[in-house]
Amino acid sequence: MSTTSNSSQASASPGRWERVRDSYMWYSFKRDRTAQLCLAVFICMVIAAFASPLIAPTNPYDLAQIDIMSSELPPFWIDGADDRYALGTDAQGRDLWSIVLYGTRVSLLIGFGAVILQALLGVTFGLMAGYLGGRVDTILMRLADIQLSFSTLMVAIVVGALVKATMGSAFYSQYAVMMLILIIGLAEWPQYARTVRASVLAEKNKEYVDAARVMGLRSKRIMFRHVLPNTMSPIFVISTVQIANAIISEAALSFLGLGMPETHPSLGSLIKSGFDYIQSGSWWITLIPGAVLVVLVLSINLLGDWLRDVMNPRLYKG
Amino acid sequence: MALLEVNNLDVRFALRQGEVHALRDISFSLERGERLGIVGESGAGKSVAAFSLLNLISKPGFIAGGTVNFDGQVLNHMSERGLRKVRGNRISMIFQDPMMTLNPVLSIGEQMVECLKAHRRISSKEARAIALDKLQQVQIPSPETRLDQYPHELSGGMRQRIIIAIALLLDPDIIIADEPTTALDVTIQAEIMALLLDLCEQHNVGLILITHDLGVVSQVTQRMLVMYAGRVIEQGPTREIINDPQHPYTQGLINALPQMATPGEKLNQIRGSMPSLSNLPSGCAFHPRCDFINRADGQPRPACTQQVPEFVESGNCRVACHMVAEMLEDRRLKEETS
Amino acid sequence: MIAFLIKRLMHAILVMFVISVLAFAIQDNLGDPVQQMVGQSVPESEREEIRERLGLNDPFLVQYARFARNAVQGDFGYSYFYREPALEVIARHLPATLELVFAATLIIVLFSVPIGVYSAIKPRSPISRLFMGVSIIGISIPVFLTAIVLIQIFAIGVTVTLFPESTGWGAWLNAFFSTEGNMPSFGRGYDLVNVVGNWDTNLATWNGLQHLVLPAVSLASIMLPLFIRLIRAEMMEVLQSEYVKYARAKGISMRRVYFVHALKNTMLPVITVGGVQIGTMVAYTILTETVFQWPGMGLMFLDAINRADIPLIVTYLMIVGVIFVVTNTIVDLIYGLVNPTVKLTGKPA
Repeated sequence: MSTTSNSSQASASPGRWERVRDSYMWYSFKRDRTAQLCLAVFICMVIAAFASPLIAPTNPYDLAQIDIMSSELPPFWIDGADDRYALGTDAQGRDLWSIVLYGTRVSLLIGFGAVILQALLGVTFGLMAGYLGGRVDTILMRLADIQLSFSTLMVAIVVGALVKATMGSAFYSQYAVMMLILIIGLAEWPQYARTVRASVLAEKNKEYVDAARVMGLRSKRIMFRHVLPNTMSPIFVISTVQIANAIISEAALSFLGLGMPETHPSLGSLIKSGFDYIQSGSWWITLIPGAVLVVLVLSINLLGDWLRDVMNPRLYKG
Repeated sequence: MALLEVNNLDVRFALRQGEVHALRDISFSLERGERLGIVGESGAGKSVAAFSLLNLISKPGFIAGGTVNFDGQVLNHMSERGLRKVRGNRISMIFQDPMMTLNPVLSIGEQMVECLKAHRRISSKEARAIALDKLQQVQIPSPETRLDQYPHELSGGMRQRIIIAIALLLDPDIIIADEPTTALDVTIQAEIMALLLDLCEQHNVGLILITHDLGVVSQVTQRMLVMYAGRVIEQGPTREIINDPQHPYTQGLINALPQMATPGEKLNQIRGSMPSLSNLPSGCAFHPRCDFINRADGQPRPACTQQVPEFVESGNCRVACHMVAEMLEDRRLKEETS
Repeated sequence: MIAFLIKRLMHAILVMFVISVLAFAIQDNLGDPVQQMVGQSVPESEREEIRERLGLNDPFLVQYARFARNAVQGDFGYSYFYREPALEVIARHLPATLELVFAATLIIVLFSVPIGVYSAIKPRSPISRLFMGVSIIGISIPVFLTAIVLIQIFAIGVTVTLFPESTGWGAWLNAFFSTEGNMPSFGRGYDLVNVVGNWDTNLATWNGLQHLVLPAVSLASIMLPLFIRLIRAEMMEVLQSEYVKYARAKGISMRRVYFVHALKNTMLPVITVGGVQIGTMVAYTILTETVFQWPGMGLMFLDAINRADIPLIVTYLMIVGVIFVVTNTIVDLIYGLVNPTVKLTGKPA
């Protein structure tokens, strides 16, 4: 993750690329086959997902292109497959390959969106709690504790259920992407807040912060310009895990019918809609999107594992 | 044959960047009831030497050569099971930091009894009685209550007394003490050291004392080793080395003692710092910091930067230094000619 | 000890208060329960009468005060759908969920500790690497997908025709990878044994246990790898510590070093995380029960949401809150018993 972001900054200053090339991270990346493979798979999936309108043979959102007569066709390696649909079709006759591409895009969009929201909330609150201390710290961390003790998925399910019941299904479906980003973002901010707070507490007593304070800098400036950069590596590491978690949470909510509608499906809602047909033998409708979801999440998790080994930050436990 | 004889011990660490030589060619012996000091700066390999005696070096490290002979057995060739019978029983250890040494979730009594039961077939009740007796010997107030307490309830000095008591539990032949007072308050360091010395004398226990404190070594031990960058550079009777150090490094260490400085002046430091073991200077590892690499005539001595010095006998001591070797050679030539 | 319990009680009251206010605050906006109860044909005047009778027209604070007073007395109101006290509906569904959680916890504890400890002691052995690889795959599969895969393999069955059927080895391999799929995957089965009150157990009969297997394995599938990795990481850290080195220097057996000195210290953070994960487990019961149509609280909750059965939703949230608070207190108590440095005053000494 961060190697890519480092290299994208490389053009900004000439010395950067050399620094990246000589860094331990790059050294370890060159030697780690798993990390290379995972990054490749992840990048391919991201590109394929966001280029889905160009790649996909059909547009699954376009009702005119759907042929209900060709529903539940199996993928190409099974007898009875149709040449037009390489991975078969779902119960509504949509091309599975196209809909999985579009679904991956929705899942990634929500995953990234939710993590950005979490990070914004969590980093801000974590910095405040760690740097200001006192009552702010107590209130924020008590809130985080209560929310975490209920588990983030539980919070997301309850909030999702209540919002859907309050706003009505139609409204919820219309704004489902925004809703899911909001719900998952709000449910998971304590993870960031606790990690950031822990590293802020560790950084706070170091001399450079004292020095900045002695120089008369405002605490906001000290927090964002001096303390925050030093908490980046744990933030990086949990971000990978959090993206994986957000994608899984979205899938779980969609599976419970609290997420993306079937007309505009994510991987989770594809699995849900396919599950109804598994007893009739059409396993591919649910298991192909399932496999894509697992490969996506697994590659992110393995990258996260590698990143944690390389950066070796002291993460907040629990 | 001495009780403990270490011959050419060689310890390496297999690291990702390649093998690092942590100890080279360490040889010494210890008689029953004798006290030996191992001195050096941090990073010289003192602790590695202590742990390698009982083959306790942890993973990337391993003993690559040499032998540790103890009472007719070669410890580094023994099975883990056989070694276990020696560890804590005939040779016990005292670690540096008493705050980290005792297991925080087990009571003091439990940690003492388990040690006794590992080596003797006795009941818990008997083991407790022995533990109590040892706690009394280390002069801990109200020892009965200590047995049921946990480490966090005791002060650092108290914990180190308990660790001394555990070291004495099975009446060992040798105690290896790795900087036993460094982590303690200055006020109680002398107290703990005196207690340890007293108990060793009382029970006729051999002591290997690892420390960077030359003062303590000179008061406590009969013989000593001076280590530098994984090697012994001078060894012999403590009194002779302290009174007449041969190796420039030993001389530097003694000159650096606060009592050697003139009041109001700076302390006499050895310039520079210890090289890293993975990147040793050529020749004598000490030569970049040495003031004596020039001959009497002002020319640099090439051997110092090119050749690893061999041991030479000087009186009762052995010294690894080209300058000393040269001086001895000159003296011998003069004696022969006259 | 008493100070600890009082502190926990205050915490519990605070948490329950927050939940009850949140749950109740939303109910005003939740659908129209009267419509749910009586359907379209009833005239507006009659609906208004029902509304008045249920107290749905009172101000928010009055309704909350009434709700809180009743809740303390164990009266959470009537479920609109079941037309019986909400607490009774929950009580009827509770045993199924608890048995599922119990079975899953059993699987997690039985497997995570030995596997975690083994792979910490021998981190480079092929078996450990295999466990670690499988565990990261396990973490990456959402619990409902594991459930679906298990249903496909063990309940529906898989017929593999990948290998040439004509050759002997091909037929054998096909047969080897094919599964019959006769495991039950729907509900709790017919052979439940009543223990006491409304607690019918799955644990007493063969048929009951068969029905429990797939849901319990699914529920355990997400936590098990998490705990294996956690135990391994903690244990490896503990094995580096001075006191483990010292224990070895004392000459005690490696078995005692691993299982007394190291394991006890390993379990301290694991217990804490375990407490947090109980909450996650309850969330996953909703997913697992949905897939397997397991008639527990999770499935009931999802149905209640679809039916806008407000009293039942609110009661569920309150009961789940109680479960969290109670289990967290128990976890803290266990932590205090294992860790001598905690004096059960709520703060480490």
